[in-house]
Amino acid sequence: MKSEALSHIRICDFTGQLAGAGATRWMAAFGAEIIRIEDPVRLGKWDVLRGTSPFVDDRRGHEFGGCFNNHNVEKLGVTLNLRTDRGKELLAEIIAVSDAVTENFAAGVLERLGFGYDRLKEIKPDILYVSNCGFGHVGPYRKYKTWGPIVQACCGLTFTSGLPDMPSAGWGYSYMDHHGGNFMAMAIMAGLIHRSRTGEGQWIDMSCTDAGATMLGPVALDYTVNGRPLRRDGMPYSNRSQFPAMAPHGIYEADGHDAWLALAARDDRDWQAIAGLMGINDSRFDDLAGRLAYEDELDEAVRTWSSGRDRFKAASELQAVGVAAAGVAKPEDRIDDDPNTEAWGLWPTVTHGEMGRVRVDGIPAHFSETDWVLERGGPLLGQHNRQILGSLLGHSDAELTDLAAEGVI
Amino acid sequence: MTGNDLPGALAGIRVVELAGEASAYAGLLLAGMGAEVIVVEPPDGHHTRGFEPFLDDDPDPERSLWWWHYNASKLGVTLDLADEDDQNRFRSLVAAADVVLESERPGRLADLGIDHDTLRTDHPELIWVSLTPFGRSGPRSQEESIDLTVLAGGGPVWSCGYDDHAIPPQRGGGNQGYQTGSVFAVLSAQTALLARDSTGRGQFVDVSMHAAANVTTEFGSVQWLVAGDEVQRQTGRHAAIEPTTFTRALSADGIDVNTGFPPRSARDFAVVVEWMESLGLKDDFEEFFFLEMGAQLEEDLHLSQVGQDPEVTAMFGAAREAVRFISENITAYEFFIGAQERGLAVGIIYSPEEVLADPHFQERGFPVEVEHEDLGRSFTYLGAPYIAPKSPYRIRHRAPHLGEHNSIIEALA
Repeated sequence: MKSEALSHIRICDFTGQLAGAGATRWMAAFGAEIIRIEDPVRLGKWDVLRGTSPFVDDRRGHEFGGCFNNHNVEKLGVTLNLRTDRGKELLAEIIAVSDAVTENFAAGVLERLGFGYDRLKEIKPDILYVSNCGFGHVGPYRKYKTWGPIVQACCGLTFTSGLPDMPSAGWGYSYMDHHGGNFMAMAIMAGLIHRSRTGEGQWIDMSCTDAGATMLGPVALDYTVNGRPLRRDGMPYSNRSQFPAMAPHGIYEADGHDAWLALAARDDRDWQAIAGLMGINDSRFDDLAGRLAYEDELDEAVRTWSSGRDRFKAASELQAVGVAAAGVAKPEDRIDDDPNTEAWGLWPTVTHGEMGRVRVDGIPAHFSETDWVLERGGPLLGQHNRQILGSLLGHSDAELTDLAAEGVI
Repeated sequence: MTGNDLPGALAGIRVVELAGEASAYAGLLLAGMGAEVIVVEPPDGHHTRGFEPFLDDDPDPERSLWWWHYNASKLGVTLDLADEDDQNRFRSLVAAADVVLESERPGRLADLGIDHDTLRTDHPELIWVSLTPFGRSGPRSQEESIDLTVLAGGGPVWSCGYDDHAIPPQRGGGNQGYQTGSVFAVLSAQTALLARDSTGRGQFVDVSMHAAANVTTEFGSVQWLVAGDEVQRQTGRHAAIEPTTFTRALSADGIDVNTGFPPRSARDFAVVVEWMESLGLKDDFEEFFFLEMGAQLEEDLHLSQVGQDPEVTAMFGAAREAVRFISENITAYEFFIGAQERGLAVGIIYSPEEVLADPHFQERGFPVEVEHEDLGRSFTYLGAPYIAPKSPYRIRHRAPHLGEHNSIIEALA
């Protein structure tokens, strides 16, 4: 079973890692035919995640990368040796029947393989080509190398997370690989919508650092309008709330090993509820101005209440009086013990050709008519050669056998 | 027409957005792509007009930079959704819309008789995107929630913070819980528009911020799902099962840099040797010998041998220290450019204001000037996530004043 939402769309896909593969992952979940092109000589390792941890068991190698499976669910896998003329011809045949070509190589790699935008247009005049790399294909840093943490550093997101007088904490994962993929999906679908309306293809060039910088929020205008930089004494202090000002607003010690409780007072009503529950009676905290002026003391009063309490029970008590609160969830809490993620079906199990049944990230949106489907794991190397090169493009079994023997597929 | 005058990819698509903290970014992105986004506020203004910062710190509902930022490119109308006449006006807006975007508490619009269930019969082609903290029907759907609790309860916060676990884990700044939900709301709207192209039907899309946070934690989730392992946060680097070594250094001008992966190939060792020599730092670096040894390697260093083979360990350690040593002796920007020009992937940890001045962002036209003709001034805004020459993403104009485009309502009625 497939979703019908994007079942009319076919993509010739060179994306890898998460910053690229995440883009076509969304589209695959909604039924688009994503044909992932891989190199048979290097066993598909231009996406290193094919062979890296986590692993389901003791087996290792290019069919056992846990992240690869997660990021490539519902896609098709085709191998083409693009060093050979025959491999290039077959790629041109796939492009000729595709709506878009997508990649997140370093700038210039696809062109060196012989498939720059001019060549793509020759093959299919209305093709949509979407490239995505750390700094894009245009600009002074186009040759520079990045991965998630470097993108996050250069676009300002790393700096915005952390405590005053400390190095920035940054993001403890590649936040911008997720959003690099998401913004790339946005760019692909925008290009497809434009193409369906006008018949016109184009080359959309995405830079992950630019996408990241669109996420900085109002802090950027505080500088460009008011001249107030974020690099200043006492800032950033990201567990507190700058815009809008709120206090208390933070992550507080709870009972247990590395256990924490997040809570905030959005307004005076919230504060009265918090103070009532916690038994805090201090007139300095009556209004927001006072709570901000004495925020350290306020935080200590909250911590005194929270530190001996279970994070989830404390959050429930606060929720019961109408206050936004949550225990800081560890992976097990939110994946195995959260009734809401379970009810959502957020961790679907897919079937992978070698790994077997594996749980993966689901999709955080449900569609009433054409909902997503995630059942098939990431493709084995060349798993769909026969389906694509044979059934779709019409090459015979004998031809495919020869192509395999010649090292083309 | 010049490239910048071309219509966007979503030109001709009308979006009616009920003003909301969480969905504002989704509306901004859709408007940037060229949709006509009409943001609906209560007659006395949406409460986010009271959010800091303000122009010249003057707390006026027309001077909230929060409002300016998230509502640029949109048109603004006011409606009292509790009022029957205004409910009818809302129905006419919806009748003229391709997409409704809202982040109301589940149940509120049904109580008012203006929810999707009520309106869809007359508008089978309508796409309705709802963005809520927990989705519309889950067991936690009525919980109170803000950006902080989305990120804390949804997974991201667990992975972010410092090596010292006596310090609370950290929330990233900039409303990322809301914005992550908004990004998925945009993908949902686009997907539903493409689906409508082929099926002719609209639909309802239920987007959950809690779910969005949960599936954007990279290893935090995948490591648990695949191997049952719990990642642990570390200062400025990926939360991991086993501690990893530093990637952070403070450069000579007091700006932090990300020093990347240490060199492992002969080429990269040779690059570091050359760089140190050209900076005149060679004699100040005691382990220089190991760098020269690395430059003679016939095969790349294998990480598995670090800590096992003494020579490999010494070379690997020297390489990491050498990169840090260089970074501490020059400015952050010199380090970033010097390393990247030599093919070493490192980063500079910019604060937001520094991003806008960087040559990369300048050359790509990322900072854009937006005219505020009402103030006789223009201001620099954050620009486009990508360059689409035939259907440009752009900030079209300043955010609307309260009720500025109310005449649209009568025109569409």
